[in-house]
Amino acid sequence: MATSGSNGGADGVVRRDFLTIAAGAFTAVGVAAAIWPFVHQMNPSADVLALSSTEVDISKVQAGQAITVLWRGKPVFVRHRTEAEIDAARRDDTASLPDPQKDADRVKKAEWLITLGVCTHLGCVPLAFQGDYKGWFCPCHGSHYDTSGRIRKGPAPRNLEVPQYAFLNDTRVKIG
Amino acid sequence: MLRIVFATVAALAIAAPAYAAEGGPELPKLKWSFNGAFGTFDRGEVQRGFQVYKEVCAACHSMHYVSYRNLADIGFTEAEVKAIAAANEVTAGPNDDGEMFQRPALPSDRFKSPYANSKAAAAANNGKAPPDLSLMAKARNGGADYIHALLTGYEKAPADVQVPEGGNYNKYFPGHIIAMPQPIASEGQVSYEDGTKPTVDQMSRDVSAFLMWAAEPKLEARHAMGLKVIIFLVIMSFLFYGVKRRVWADLH
Amino acid sequence: MSGIHSKFNKGIIGWIDYRLPIFTILDDMVGTGYPTPRNLNYWWNFGSLAGLCLVIQIVTGIVLAMHYTPHVDLAFASVEHIMRDVNYGWLLRYVHANGASMFFVVVYIHIFRGLYFGSYKSPREVLWFLGIIIFLLMMATAFMGYVLPWGQMSFWGATVITNLFSAIPVVGDYIVTLLWGGFSVDNPTLNRFFSLHYLLPFAIAAVVVLHILALHQHGSNNPLGIDANGPQDKIPFHPYYTVKDLFGIAVFLIFFSALVFYAPNMLGEVDNYIEANPLVTPAHIVPEWYFLPFYAILRSIPDKLFGVLAMFGSILLLFVLPWLDTSRVRSARFRPVFKVFFYVFIADCVLLLVCGGKPPEGIWLILGRIGTAYYFIHFLILLPVIGFWERPLPLPKSISEPVLGGGKPAAAVAAPAKE
Repeated sequence: MATSGSNGGADGVVRRDFLTIAAGAFTAVGVAAAIWPFVHQMNPSADVLALSSTEVDISKVQAGQAITVLWRGKPVFVRHRTEAEIDAARRDDTASLPDPQKDADRVKKAEWLITLGVCTHLGCVPLAFQGDYKGWFCPCHGSHYDTSGRIRKGPAPRNLEVPQYAFLNDTRVKIG
Repeated sequence: MLRIVFATVAALAIAAPAYAAEGGPELPKLKWSFNGAFGTFDRGEVQRGFQVYKEVCAACHSMHYVSYRNLADIGFTEAEVKAIAAANEVTAGPNDDGEMFQRPALPSDRFKSPYANSKAAAAANNGKAPPDLSLMAKARNGGADYIHALLTGYEKAPADVQVPEGGNYNKYFPGHIIAMPQPIASEGQVSYEDGTKPTVDQMSRDVSAFLMWAAEPKLEARHAMGLKVIIFLVIMSFLFYGVKRRVWADLH
Repeated sequence: MSGIHSKFNKGIIGWIDYRLPIFTILDDMVGTGYPTPRNLNYWWNFGSLAGLCLVIQIVTGIVLAMHYTPHVDLAFASVEHIMRDVNYGWLLRYVHANGASMFFVVVYIHIFRGLYFGSYKSPREVLWFLGIIIFLLMMATAFMGYVLPWGQMSFWGATVITNLFSAIPVVGDYIVTLLWGGFSVDNPTLNRFFSLHYLLPFAIAAVVVLHILALHQHGSNNPLGIDANGPQDKIPFHPYYTVKDLFGIAVFLIFFSALVFYAPNMLGEVDNYIEANPLVTPAHIVPEWYFLPFYAILRSIPDKLFGVLAMFGSILLLFVLPWLDTSRVRSARFRPVFKVFFYVFIADCVLLLVCGGKPPEGIWLILGRIGTAYYFIHFLILLPVIGFWERPLPLPKSISEPVLGGGKPAAAVAAPAKE
C-alpha cells in the first residue's frame, strides 16, 4: 500500500506511512483477537469441567484384585495390593528406575494403588498382573510396569500417572 | 440511491415489531438493570428471584437447561451452591448392581424437575404440562416485562367472559384464559433475607429478572465485549478512512 | 514457456510463483493487475462485503457443527449447550444467526445496485445468472439452517416450506415424502438438512468463484454504465479498491456488532426458543424476515399451485431480466423514467416484506395482492415498455471526460470517489 499512489512530498509520505502502519497494526490485533474464540471453543466446556470427579465404592475389591473405573473418559485402575506386592514395590524403590519415584509417594494408603490406566507411551490400556514385574503390561508396544505402576522396561517414558483422589471413608474414594 | 438503505432499515424497523404483540393490552414497561448497552444483572434481585422460583414456581415448573453450578454466576458461593444442590434428591445410576439409586444433587446436576416426564406433568395439571422456564424470558414477546405482567395480571373476569372449569382470567395472557392459577397471590408468600418487602409486585419482578438471567446467562459478557469490539471497530474505520483518503488523493 | 507468466521473480514469493503462479493470479484478480473503472461508488462495496459474509458464515458454521447434534431429541439441547457451556459458544451462535441476516441485507443491496445501474445487461448476463444462482443457494441454505435449532418455528417453517412441493400435480406428495424421509418432518429430515446445510455453502463458494471469473471477463460495470474507453478510465484494483473495501468492511462490522452484541434476538422469532412440538402449531408462522416478500407473494394467491408458481416465478423472472429490460442504456442516472419506477419497485418490495410479516387477512391481504401484482407488472410490462418509450439523457463520452455529454455529469463523476 505504501508504495503506490505516491503524490510526493516528504510530509505526505510520513503521514501515510503512519496511518498505514496504524491501520495494519489494528487489523492484525483485531484478527488475532477474533481468532481466539474459535480456538478456545475447542477447550473443555463448562459442563465438561463440572463433571471432573467420580466416586468409587472399593468395599468389594479383595486384596490381590483390581477394578477399572471411568473418570473423565479414561480408565482408572484401583488395585488392592497384597502384602507381597507392597513389599516388592518398596524393595524396588532403590532399583534403577527410568522415572525414579518412591512407592510411598505414589499411594495414600499402602494397600490401595490408584493410577490412570493409560500407558504413558502412546495411550493404550495396560493389562493388570502381567509382565516381568507382575504389575501391568502394555500389549501395544511392550511396556512393563511394576506393582507400584512404575515403568521398568519398554518404550514408555514415565510411571503410570496418579490422579488426584481422596478417601471419603474406608470404602469410598473420590477421584478428581 | 441512499433511499434504498433507508427503505431497508425502515422495512426492518416495521417488520421487527410486526412480529410482536398481537392483541391484548400493552405490557407495562419496567426498568430492568439488564436493559441497555451497559446493562448487568442486579445480583440481589436475581437471587431473590431464584428464591421465588425455588419456593413457588419449582413445585410445577422445570428449568431443565440450568444447572446448580450456574448459580455461582449470580453471586452464590461455592458452599452455598453445594448446599442448594444437596437439598434435592436426584436419581442416578445404575450402580454396580444395575440399580438406579437416589443421591443428593451435585452442582454439576441440572435443576431437578418436579415431574418425571412431560406426561406426568400433564397428568398432574389437568392435562396441560407446565412449560419449562429455562428460556421463558426469551420465548415470549416482551420477555421479562411479559412475565411480570402475567404474574400480576390476574383479575376477576369481566361479566361477558365465561371462564371454563380449571381456567383463570389473566389480563395479559393471549386469549386471557390461563390454566395456571395465580402463583404469587399474597404479600409475604416468601420471606426475603435481605429485608426487601415481599410484595406481590416485588416477587413477580424478582422472579422475572431471575428468568431473564436463566434464559440469557451470558448477557453481561456479551454487553462488555460488545462495547470493546465496537470502540475498536470505530477507531479502525477512521484509520482505514484516512488510509483510503491518502491512497485516493492523487486521483482528484 | 507455457502456462501463466509469473510477474514475481524475487525471493520466496518469486520462487513459489515461478512454480505455482498463485501470486500472479491473485494480483490479476484483486491486485494491481486488475484494472477497474475509476468511478465506482460505495454501492460497489457490497460485493466484497457479501464475500466476507460467506466466509464468516462458513467459519462460524464449521465451529458450531463441532458442538451441535442433529437429532430431534438432542438438537435443541445442544444449541442451549452451545449458548451456556461452550467457551464463547453464545458469541459464535449469535454471529452465525445474525450473520445470515446481514448476508441477506448485503446481498439485497448488491442486487438492487445491479438493478439500478443495469449491471445485468450485455455483456454481463451470465455474471447476473450466476448471482441469481448464488441467491437461490443462499435461500436454500438459510432455510435449512433455520431448521437446525429445532425450535417451534424451525419445525413448522420446515413443515410449511416442504409442503410447498405438494402443490406439484401428480408427483407432489411423493416428492414431499422424499424430502422428509418419512411421513412428517422428523429425525431423517433434520439429519439431511444438517448435511445439506453444511454442503451448500461450499457450493455457493464455488459459484462465487465463477461469478468473479465472469466479472473479470468484462470488468465491473460502473455508475455511468458506459464502457471504459482506455487506460485513463481505469485504476488498478489494488491499492485503490482494496483499501476502499477494507474501509467498507470496518464500517459494516460496526453494524454487525451492534446487532450481535446488543440485539441478537431482534430479528429472530420468540417461538424458536420453544422446543419443536409436532402437536402444537404456533399461532402465527412467519419465516425469517429475508423471505417475507416471497412469503407474501405465496399467500396473496388463493390457489395452492399458482401461489407456489408465483413465488418461484418471482425469482426465476430475474433470469430473463436482461431481455425484459429493452433499454440499451445501463445506468438509471440517464434513464429518468426508469429511475422513478425503480424507486416505486423498491417501495413495492418493502410493502411485500411488511405484508409477509402480517397475518394474511383484511387490509394486509389486499395490500399483499396489490404488491404481488405490481411486482410482476414491473418486470413483465413496465420494463419492456419503458425501454421503448423512454428518451434517455445524453451519455457522457467517457468515464474520465464526461463533460462532453452535457447536463450534470461532471458532478456525477466526481462525486463517487468522494461519497
